[in-house]
Amino acid sequence: MTEHDSPLVRDADETNDRRPGTPRRGTGFLDELSTLPTTPSATVGPYLAIGLTWPDGPFAVAEGTPGAVWLRGRVLDGNGDVVPDAMVETWQADSEGRFAHPDDPRGAVTTPGFRGFGRSSTGDGEYAVCTLKPGPVPDGDGGWQAPHVDVSVFARGLLDRVVTRIYFADEAEANAADPVLTALSEADRSTLVAQPSEDGWRLDVHLQGDAETVFFAV
Amino acid sequence: MTGTPTSRGLVLPRYLREDADQRTPVGFPGYRSTGVRAPLRTPVDLPHRLTEVTGPVLGEDRVVAGDGDLTLRAGGEAQGQRIIVFGRVLDTGGRPVPGALLEIWQANAAGRYRHVVDNWPAPLDPHFDGLGRVVTDPVGRYEFTTIKPGAYPWGNHHNAWRPAHIHFSLFGTAFTQRLVTQMYFPGDPLFGQDPIFTAIPPTARDRAIATFDLSRTQPDWALAFEWDIVLRGVEQTPFETGDDGDVA
Repeated sequence: MTEHDSPLVRDADETNDRRPGTPRRGTGFLDELSTLPTTPSATVGPYLAIGLTWPDGPFAVAEGTPGAVWLRGRVLDGNGDVVPDAMVETWQADSEGRFAHPDDPRGAVTTPGFRGFGRSSTGDGEYAVCTLKPGPVPDGDGGWQAPHVDVSVFARGLLDRVVTRIYFADEAEANAADPVLTALSEADRSTLVAQPSEDGWRLDVHLQGDAETVFFAV
Repeated sequence: MTGTPTSRGLVLPRYLREDADQRTPVGFPGYRSTGVRAPLRTPVDLPHRLTEVTGPVLGEDRVVAGDGDLTLRAGGEAQGQRIIVFGRVLDTGGRPVPGALLEIWQANAAGRYRHVVDNWPAPLDPHFDGLGRVVTDPVGRYEFTTIKPGAYPWGNHHNAWRPAHIHFSLFGTAFTQRLVTQMYFPGDPLFGQDPIFTAIPPTARDRAIATFDLSRTQPDWALAFEWDIVLRGVEQTPFETGDDGDVA
């Protein structure tokens, strides 16, 4: 992890350090001119299954890959009812903390059969994604993020996706040092931590309610 | 993973954040089903780190021949007004997004979706399934051939009708760029009573509406509508070296 050929990587230096009162690298706050405004989002609506169903959607890693686990959970609304027409998408690093993407400055992932992306409807009552438990990922500032999965939830009744993360209960030490988790209260952190299950990990997403999941603005 | 934390920073592309008043809110009072679904707490700002500046690489492997023409399915021609929907996928810096997967779905000419929960009394079309997929070309262009979808009623409020629209789903190249949206047709009289349309901030609504383009119509064949899609771009930070610009 100390040698990089990518032009995206270089030693931290003064120009990369955050100066007090200025946005930190990677926070992405809008402080530059842009020429085109973005296209506004809209709900996926109730008929998303027509356009967004893939037979291999749930498989972020090929079925049968050693170490593969299932991430599962329900999506619940403010009445505590299961949302049966949502779509959950996941994006994550592999077991070595690498991404199947050319912008990973350390080089693209090498785990065979690892796509890193999962897509599951909740039509069976819960989402289910077959994947590898991710490894720790550099935080870009010389530290590490605990193993995590980025999650998007789409549904009728959501005009934009909502974004959250899945962390893992067996990573207590890494979770305690994670820059995202440590910025949250203990109660909020618990909404992001999956618990072990018989075939992998389980975390419910609460769109509303006393246990409302922490959602992120990206 | 053999590493221990190092003092080195990773220099990552930085995606622009949009002003909240230019974004469609997650919940909107007039759209009834957002009431128990849209989160009520303010979302927490998530800095863009490796997981957010990368994203699934999806392209030609998700598309098969014919996926870009929705008018020819199951061995026959779909009913309705044939149209070409085309445009570019760009980022906010005006850079084209090549090789990007677009997934679309829509109602048929009568306003009926081929879906188990759509059972209003309008006919299904045996030659229209409403699903399309294409990948943008090297300069970010896309094109579908389809039929103009019909409007349809829904239960949001008394006599509620959805304006004709096509659903679009795009990934761009990073988790931050993910977009699911709907394209509308110009001059639709149903806009004003539709909370899914009016939830869009007024200054952003035009960006959800396609433009009729006579020059791209095909004589004796099809009308044409142009719709450019703009995803969030990478910030160009003047005090950095030029390296960062290469990742866009």
